[in-house]
Amino acid sequence: MFKHFIVLQWKSFWRSASLTSGLFMKLFMGFWALWIAFMSAVGGAAIFKLIKEKLHLEPLETINKFLIYWLVFDLVFRYALQKMPVINIKPLLLLPFQKNKIVSFAFGKTVFSFFNVIHAFFFIPFSIVLISNGYPVINVLLWNLGLIALIYGNNFLNIILNKKDNLIFIIGGIMIVLGGLHYYDYFNITTYTAPFFQGLYDTSFFVAIPIVITVGLLWVSFRSFVKDLYLDAGLATKAKTIKTENLDWLDRFGKTATFLKNDIKLIKRNKRARSTVLVSVLFLFYGLLFFTGTVETYKGPVWQIFAAIFVTGGFLLSFGQFVPSWDSSYYPLMMSQNIRYKEYLSSKWWLMVIATLISTILASGYLYFGWDVYLAILVAALYNIGVNSHVVLWAGAYVKTPIDLTSNKKAFGDKQAFNTKTLLLSLPKMALPMILYAIGYYAYSPYAGYALVAIAGLAGFAFKDAVFNKIERIYRSEKYKTIAAYKQKN
Amino acid sequence: MITVHNLTKTYTGNTVLNIEHLEIQKGNSFGLVGNNGAGKTTLFSALLDLINPSTGHIENNGFNVSKSEDWKSITAAFIDETFLIGYLTAEEYFYFIGELRGQNKADVDGLLSDFEDFFHGEILGQKKYLRDLSKGNQKKVGIIAALIGTPEVIILDEPFANLDPTTQIRLKKIIKDLAANPEVTVLVSSHDLMHVTEVCERIVVLDKGEVVKDITTSEQTLKELEAHFNK
Repeated sequence: MFKHFIVLQWKSFWRSASLTSGLFMKLFMGFWALWIAFMSAVGGAAIFKLIKEKLHLEPLETINKFLIYWLVFDLVFRYALQKMPVINIKPLLLLPFQKNKIVSFAFGKTVFSFFNVIHAFFFIPFSIVLISNGYPVINVLLWNLGLIALIYGNNFLNIILNKKDNLIFIIGGIMIVLGGLHYYDYFNITTYTAPFFQGLYDTSFFVAIPIVITVGLLWVSFRSFVKDLYLDAGLATKAKTIKTENLDWLDRFGKTATFLKNDIKLIKRNKRARSTVLVSVLFLFYGLLFFTGTVETYKGPVWQIFAAIFVTGGFLLSFGQFVPSWDSSYYPLMMSQNIRYKEYLSSKWWLMVIATLISTILASGYLYFGWDVYLAILVAALYNIGVNSHVVLWAGAYVKTPIDLTSNKKAFGDKQAFNTKTLLLSLPKMALPMILYAIGYYAYSPYAGYALVAIAGLAGFAFKDAVFNKIERIYRSEKYKTIAAYKQKN
Repeated sequence: MITVHNLTKTYTGNTVLNIEHLEIQKGNSFGLVGNNGAGKTTLFSALLDLINPSTGHIENNGFNVSKSEDWKSITAAFIDETFLIGYLTAEEYFYFIGELRGQNKADVDGLLSDFEDFFHGEILGQKKYLRDLSKGNQKKVGIIAALIGTPEVIILDEPFANLDPTTQIRLKKIIKDLAANPEVTVLVSSHDLMHVTEVCERIVVLDKGEVVKDITTSEQTLKELEAHFNK
């Protein structure tokens, strides 16, 4: 019976409308997966020595301390990235399959998920190093068994959590607070959790606890999945009651306001669009890696500009790259209405400008690291508004992948827009400001570097009309292809 | 009002539309019937410049639709759900279309109040996004949105499908009222022969992309059509 499911999966992959871009993306993702696996393996092998010789701590105890964070981050990552085990269930319901079979297949698929396997790449090398350093084999194996159980516990917990909308943010929030308290030595959660993980190693019967938990989670998620296999339960689309919004205050933007109002509703009301806002918030913190000097390679002055571009441009980069795909589900409507492309584009442009300004203001927290850092951010913001906002829209004109606004799970990869044109256009976004800064920095002084980037940003405004005209021409010449491409929903 | 010249559309060697000449007069109410795959939606899509014909062109009010965009301000259409913006409420959608067509809120409200019967209390003030409405109710929204801003050409693809009997009867009245206006040209396609013969002055039958019948509606039309499709 499983044979049928596998055949269906196989066909749905090879016959999907967006196979070519999908395949390319999958290769790309595959490359990253390999890279992450490789880095984890190296990390797992090296960390023992690192903790022992650099920090002069007991390696296993130290790892045990941080395992609680490891697990919670794993859960948050899964929630954001791991796709739910959905096979095309609706047409199967009427066929003579047992519901348990359908669910077991869906669950079975998750067992081999990258998110489960990746942990092995870290813990197996680490365990080998442990054993070679004279740790007893049995205990290390028990410890691993416990961890495997916990990882799979996360796997099934994620399936349960995915149905609840905001629970994960609460969990993530609590962990950030606990992490902060830990960092500033107010309260240390690990003193309570570390003995448990240590117990997995020390005490043989401890391993039963995670196994029981995992089996319990499996049972709960399995039951709830089976129970929800009804059109009006798990397979139903949720409809919340909502109210009509005015947003009349935006009318001061003139004709652009018509679209701007729509775009704001688009972001507020669609999961997929909301997640770009989340991404831009995450990028706000991206600069911490650079400006705190935590990562050795990022200490070079040129990397400061790189970081600053991301800090202020998170929304610009993640939202802008999918213009006009955000409107893909009603593109024929837009194309048969009396719309000036320029007004449509400038509403998107304003949206990105406003978001960049907000990010810049929020990024004032970086003042903590000195005026210099914030100056880099201001300059990058100028470059983002002046140059990147245009480049991003330009690159977006070549993107022809439809976006399913209501689903969040494809926000990262899969059908992502990925072609050589957009790749080429991503160069000026990142590399150009870094090069400009480097020229100014090494030729004269850091301030000359900032000045060069800022001038490029200001000069970008001069090209706004030219770029918009160019995009308009692309839109026109690609119109029929775009409409046809947007029609092909996966 | 609308003239089709030597229009063909071919997909990988498969001709789905082939119309040498077709002219639709201003103020006419024009019905398009045909089995699945006859090319009805393709013709409408070409008319809206949503697909690029392989040869030939269509003129709307004297403008070649693929060259100029000036026909857009006088043309409105509802083809399928891709003409709806799923994350808006019905009101927001109507106001959005209104703004695009130069109508303020009061204008739109004025128009909507004429169609309260048609909405049957299931559209306005529903606290639901369009994507959460039933297929029939979505269709009601799309049809009425196509009437905003007094367009001169109105194109409705299968407007009767998915509607309940009461709404079908009301829609027939709406289309007849529109057709009575000599300024307005209505184009409707349908699988329901009875409905089309009732609301359209002229009916064209498409078969495999070609015009096989062109009838001015009379008492016998329904019989004639039934005979044609009962082959």
